[in-house]
Amino acid sequence: MDQFYGIFLYVISLLTMGGIYAILALGLNIQWGFTGLFNAGIAGFFAIGAYVSAILTTAPSARHLGGFEVPYVVSFLVAMIVSGIIAWGVGKVCLKLRADYLAIATIGIAEIFRLILKNETWATNGPRGVSMIPKPFESLPEPWNQLAFLGLILATVVVIYFLLETARRSPWGRVMTAIRENEKSAMAAGKDIEKFRMEAFVVGCMLMALAGAFIAHYLKFIGPNATDPMTSTFLVWVMLVVGGSANNKGAILGAFLMWTIWSASEILTSRLPDELAIRTAYIRIFLIGLALQIFLQRYPKGIFPEVRPKPERRVNPAETPASR
Amino acid sequence: MLTIENLNKNFGGLQAVRNCSFEIKEGTITGLIGPNGAGKTTTFSMIAGELAPTSGRIVFEGKDIAGLPTHEMFHRGIVRTFQIPHEFAKMTVLENLMVVPPEQPGERLFANWISRGQVKRREREVRDRAEDALEFLSISHLGDEQAGNLSGGQKKLLELGRTMMTDAKLVLLDEPGAGVNPTLLLKIREMISRLREERDYTFCVIEHDMDLIASLCDPVIVLAEGTVLMQGHMTEVRSNPDVLDAYLGGGEEN
Repeated sequence: MDQFYGIFLYVISLLTMGGIYAILALGLNIQWGFTGLFNAGIAGFFAIGAYVSAILTTAPSARHLGGFEVPYVVSFLVAMIVSGIIAWGVGKVCLKLRADYLAIATIGIAEIFRLILKNETWATNGPRGVSMIPKPFESLPEPWNQLAFLGLILATVVVIYFLLETARRSPWGRVMTAIRENEKSAMAAGKDIEKFRMEAFVVGCMLMALAGAFIAHYLKFIGPNATDPMTSTFLVWVMLVVGGSANNKGAILGAFLMWTIWSASEILTSRLPDELAIRTAYIRIFLIGLALQIFLQRYPKGIFPEVRPKPERRVNPAETPASR
Repeated sequence: MLTIENLNKNFGGLQAVRNCSFEIKEGTITGLIGPNGAGKTTTFSMIAGELAPTSGRIVFEGKDIAGLPTHEMFHRGIVRTFQIPHEFAKMTVLENLMVVPPEQPGERLFANWISRGQVKRREREVRDRAEDALEFLSISHLGDEQAGNLSGGQKKLLELGRTMMTDAKLVLLDEPGAGVNPTLLLKIREMISRLREERDYTFCVIEHDMDLIASLCDPVIVLAEGTVLMQGHMTEVRSNPDVLDAYLGGGEEN
């Protein structure tokens, strides 16, 4: 019985983390999938969200900035707004760059955030990070606290999915696709493409911050390791690409699928003999790379490829298919 | 309607357009011809706001618009097409047209979540306008096709169709007849004349097909080495020895 209970808790944690990554992948989907912005600095905005929400909700501590103890709703909103404002500033500087240059610029910016979080000890407690972060529903008995938190995450994913799917199918999404397909022509169609790209970048970064806030409260701890480009940038890219870029369902599926593989790889590598165990971290990255290759061989456009909505045609009674 | 005064554009050491001045009168179909490298497309790009002139003025309806961004030019009624079709490949032909109309409420992200009725109503109007354009171009049957799958000639029609999706005043056509078969060329010519009559568009056309220019354009402006060589009716242009020289002799060195 204990064994089943353990598996049950493991599945809950798998789904919770998968859900948090789904929010990240959806955020990246707005930027890359919809609009074609190559953000390689996901970790930076993820970390901003995590730290802002953590600092706003923790009890006073001598080690870091804190003691505001605001409600979660407020801390989540502020985390998203702060990330949005920073994204706007970054966008002002970087969004004029072409795709590959934007990628380099965002990597650099994420590194800057990481170094700030690591070194501004007065605010972040430096490498030791912020601990004792409160967690929603933690007063409930086990496993109800875990289940309630999972419910919160999944509900958030569903709400974001519907909002983004509406946006994707709307004239807004059409302009975004147009910009991705042909920038020059979108400009010639009178679209202020800098404004649209900025919107996609800011909204995407706000979702990344929301995911960051969730993870800080879920783990009850956040340190500079959370901004590791491997787990918070690369893995998100793999999720979106495997699931299907520009497809919101694909982003969600990719997140759960790749997180499961990533998590399972830990179980696998923990059984390796000692001399290999020290290389565990690299073996896991290798396995993710291998999984990416396998999926892309089978599904070159992702498991769920992009499906553009087809606008309904005007019904013309005078014209039947036979008359053409 | 549009006056260009002493326009210059340098790319590094290359003077693509030098001291170029001409006028496009309202209601005309003005032809812009000249050998390759004469600066025709560069001039277009400056009028359409894609390139900022190095110096000079572009006066449209009494205002100097030189250096404004493309979307500003578009909102003032200047629309261009491209020499090489720039379709949105993964979008349907109908969607390619539906992108164009300005001030769609659904282009504001939040409007799609809070005022869906308004977005839907406008969307239907935009759709109908796009369907009308497809009918005009007689490519209604291609409406659901991905634009990337169209033939070269059909893409040219789509380029023309995009100019019909806004209340344009001045339409700049960059080689509407390039790579188009003779039958379709006749159709395109007819469409341009019809658009001028029915919608009061003023056209400026870059074209290498001299028959198309002769049958469509008056006046014709000849550019060579970035500046205006002459302008006038096609019959005058044809008999001008300088023009022949530019095409046959001087053009070679570009």
